[in-house]
Formats: sequence, structure tokens, C-alpha cells
Amino acid sequence: MTSLPAPAKKKLGLVIDLDTCVGCHACAVACKEWNAGGIAGPLTDENPYGDDPFGVWFNRVHSYEVAPTATQPATTLHVPRSCLHCETPACVSVCPTGASYKRAEDGIVLVDEDKCIGCKLCSLACPYGAREYSEVEGVMKKCTLCVDRIYNENIPEQSRQPACVQACPTRARHFGDLGDEESAVSKLVAERGGVTLLPELGYAPVNRYLPPRPRRGGEATAPTVAEEKLDVEQLPPLLRWLDRALSR
Amino acid sequence: MHPAFSVIFFTTMSGAGYGLWFWLAWSYDLAERPAKGVALIALGLGFLLVSIGLLSSTLHLGKPLRAWRAFSQWRSSWLSREGVMAVVCYLPMLWFGAAIWHGQDHEIARALLAIISLAPVLCTGMIYASLKPIPAWRHGLVLPMYLLLAIFTGGLLLLSIRSLSSASVPTWTGLATLIVAVLLWRLKRAYWRDLDRGDERLPDRASALGLPAGREFHVFERPHTEANYLTREMGFVLARKHSRRLRMLATIGFALLPALCAAAMWLFPNLDTSPWLVVAALSALLGTFVERWLFFAEAKHLVMLYY
Repeated sequence: MTSLPAPAKKKLGLVIDLDTCVGCHACAVACKEWNAGGIAGPLTDENPYGDDPFGVWFNRVHSYEVAPTATQPATTLHVPRSCLHCETPACVSVCPTGASYKRAEDGIVLVDEDKCIGCKLCSLACPYGAREYSEVEGVMKKCTLCVDRIYNENIPEQSRQPACVQACPTRARHFGDLGDEESAVSKLVAERGGVTLLPELGYAPVNRYLPPRPRRGGEATAPTVAEEKLDVEQLPPLLRWLDRALSR
Repeated sequence: MHPAFSVIFFTTMSGAGYGLWFWLAWSYDLAERPAKGVALIALGLGFLLVSIGLLSSTLHLGKPLRAWRAFSQWRSSWLSREGVMAVVCYLPMLWFGAAIWHGQDHEIARALLAIISLAPVLCTGMIYASLKPIPAWRHGLVLPMYLLLAIFTGGLLLLSIRSLSSASVPTWTGLATLIVAVLLWRLKRAYWRDLDRGDERLPDRASALGLPAGREFHVFERPHTEANYLTREMGFVLARKHSRRLRMLATIGFALLPALCAAAMWLFPNLDTSPWLVVAALSALLGTFVERWLFFAEAKHLVMLYY
């Protein structure tokens, strides 16, 4: 049903720390590895090798150069982009077949690939570019928040997190219930002033991004080079003469 | 946005077909009633255009055989509503056609067709007008243009059929065509002007990255070295490079040529109207096709803020 369910108490999602993300693409690779493996992997490649590789990825890590300001130095900024599991996802309500749906119990947005007709309208409705179409299978693909891991009782409890979260070497990705104010992720968001992307569009994303911390005050800008002074009196006579001759 | 040929063909052809049904139903008893054969030919041509268009629209689907599933979500999805209305429209059309064929009373069928025939076009316009990430499609003139172009191309087709069947075409239709052509030109010009001006209230890259405005960002490295689905589908730049020329071509097609033909018909009432009307109708269809292509190709998707 593409009509949205009543807002759930539980809102599973990711919190991504832009301060510690180093742009290594480990999340993207781990996601690809987990979701393309097995016999029914949802992440298909059209052309994985060769001159023009092309395929579906659920994580895309963008890197930017941030220009310096009066108080902050120039930095790089790495922004992993994936599905934000919005509370009012337009990708779900535009779906004509009911293939796209938002789970009432935990808010995960999924695609039922057996119902998808591949009209691609959902990908147009998403400003975050979270959905990518698979030419191979003729259906739309998107992040599942590793729904096959997080509830999987056959794997150790500490592994029941999305593959991208587990793989992150700088612990920039956190997984949890953002509907619960007492959860670790909610506290992290409150402490660090986590934000949503493109809030003005009104899709109410669940995922939060933690903005980079300001670089340390005072040392932020490169120290200005003090003007060099030359004490002429200290110089030997030959150099004193040279200085006089060159200063003319 | 990448212009999918099948979708452009569908909106142009089916739009004209629905416009044809709309005019046939409205004008059936208004002016001189068309002969039975002429009415059936007009209805049949509409059927052909609508059906070819609808079939073509399924070509852009990844799984065309599952298209029937699209009738289920009419409560939330404009695309689903479009599908439902497209099928619903066939009912009064067939009823009206049967009534004409048997020379029976047709008032209810006619009224139903007149009211419902533009509903699929309205849904098509709303599919685009409701997509927030594509600001060019949120413009207030998108829906009126879809409706007007369907009415315009359909009307010209009906006039052509009437004229070719040697029924008289009233002189005032020339003036009406002229007025609508000028109106279309003005509206589309206003739309393009707004598109070029851009909108300062649109989200910028800082908002897309969740960072406070005031810092300057440049792309340092893209996430992928090759193209992906998003850059192919939403980062289409060909049209913006040639937009001036294409806009002129479209305007000549859907406004200028039909306006000139209509002016000739209006100013010289003794003229044989058929060639003029056929030229006007074909030109309007071609112009609409180019306009539709531009509508897709010129629109930018907000996801490109990340690239």
C-alpha cells in the first residue's frame, strides 16, 4: 500500500558523523559486498568490469572542498549519501503499484521487487538520489537498512547492524532507533546538533548527519608571518655594505 | 531530466486523442451535427492515438507485463490515477460510439465523455506538477499547458476531419484557433522566462549537505568515476545547450504555423480550409512533441546538487 502508515514510534535509521568520515568508501564497498552476495542479492551490476563499469550502489560517498573563512581553515568534507528512510517519503506515495512501502513497525522504506513495474517515478520523487534502477532486473533498487541483518537471529548480536555501519573504520556511522529519545543515536544527535538534509522539502528524513566540529579556535587560520626585521648594526661590514647597496 | 521517447510520444499522441474526444463530445450538437461516418472516424482516430500512446508508455517500464498492478494505488499516486482514468475513458467512448452507430439517443454517453476525456491529461500533468525535487515541473503553468495543448491539438484534428469530409467549418473557428495559439505562445514564453530566471528560494548545496549557508563548497571528487543511473537519468545537459533553437522550433510548431493557418482561414472565408487545417494540426503535434522533449530535457533534478 503506497498510502503511508500512521507514524510509528520506532524509527530505525542511521546517524552519520561528517566530522570523522574520511571518505574511504568502506561503507559503500561493504554495502555492495553484503547486498550483492548470495543468490538473491538486490544490488545488481549491469557491467561490473571493463571500460565502462555501471551498476547499482546504495551508498555514494561525495567529497567536497570547503573554502576557508576568516575563522576556519580550508578542509575536505566527505558526505556519504544513502536512503534516509523519510517519515513522509514521496517515493512511496508516488508508486502506482504498491511496490514501494514504508514499514509500519520500524519505518524502513522498502521495495517489493515482485510488484515493481520499473516506471522509475519513485527515483524522480527522491531528492536524495537514494533509488537506483537496475536495467538487468527491470526494477527499482534501494537501501534496505540491511533488514536481513538487523533482525537476523542466526548471526551474533553485535553483527545485527547494517553492513555499512559495521565496516566504517572511523566509527562515523551509527545505527539505532531515532524515535526513542533515550537511544544512543538520539543522544548523539542531541549532543552534536545533528541535522537532516534538505529539510525544506518536507520529507522529514529519519537519518541524521552530524556537522563537522569547528576547527580549534585561534589556530584555525594559518599563523600570519611576522614581518622580518634585520638589525643592520649586527652585520659584518661587508654585508652591511651589501645591504646598503641593495637597499638603494 | 533524461527525455524518455516513449513517454513524450505517449503524452503528445494520447493528449491529442483525448482532446479529439473532448471536442467531438462537446461540439456534437452545438454546431452542425457531423455525419455518422465522420463522427465515427473522429472517434476512431482518437481511439488510435490514445491506444498507441498508452501502449508506447508501457515501453519505458522495466516490467511491462506487470503494468496492470498500476491500477491499484489510485488513493495516493497520480500515475495510478492516470492509468485508471485512461481505462475509464474508454467506457463512455465506446458507449457514445455504439449510440452513434445505431443512431440511438446518446446524451448521457456524450456528457460523460465530454467530462471524463480530459481527466487522464489532468493526471499526467499532476504526475509532474507534484514532484518537488524537480522545480521546473512544480511551475504553475505545467498543468494548464498539458491541458491546453491536448485541447488545441485535438481540436485542430477534429476540424481537419470535418473539413476533409467536406462539412463546412465555421469561420469563427479560425479566430478561436488564432487566439488559443497566441495564448499558448504567451504562456510557454512566461514559463521559459521563469525557468531561465531561476528561483532563489530553491535549496542550495549547503542545505543538501546539511551545513549552514555561508561556506563555499566545490566538488573535490565524485563518488564514482563512471556514469551512474542518477547522472544518466537526471543530469541530462544536451537540451540546455541548444535550448534557444529548440524553443524557437517548438513555438513555430505549436503556435506560429497554426496561428498563420488560422488567420488565413479567418481572413479569407472562401478558402478551402482542409489543407490549412491539416498543416496546422500536424504542425501543432510536431511542436508539442518538441515542447514535451524540452519539458523533460530542460528540467533539473535537485539530486544534481550533490554532483
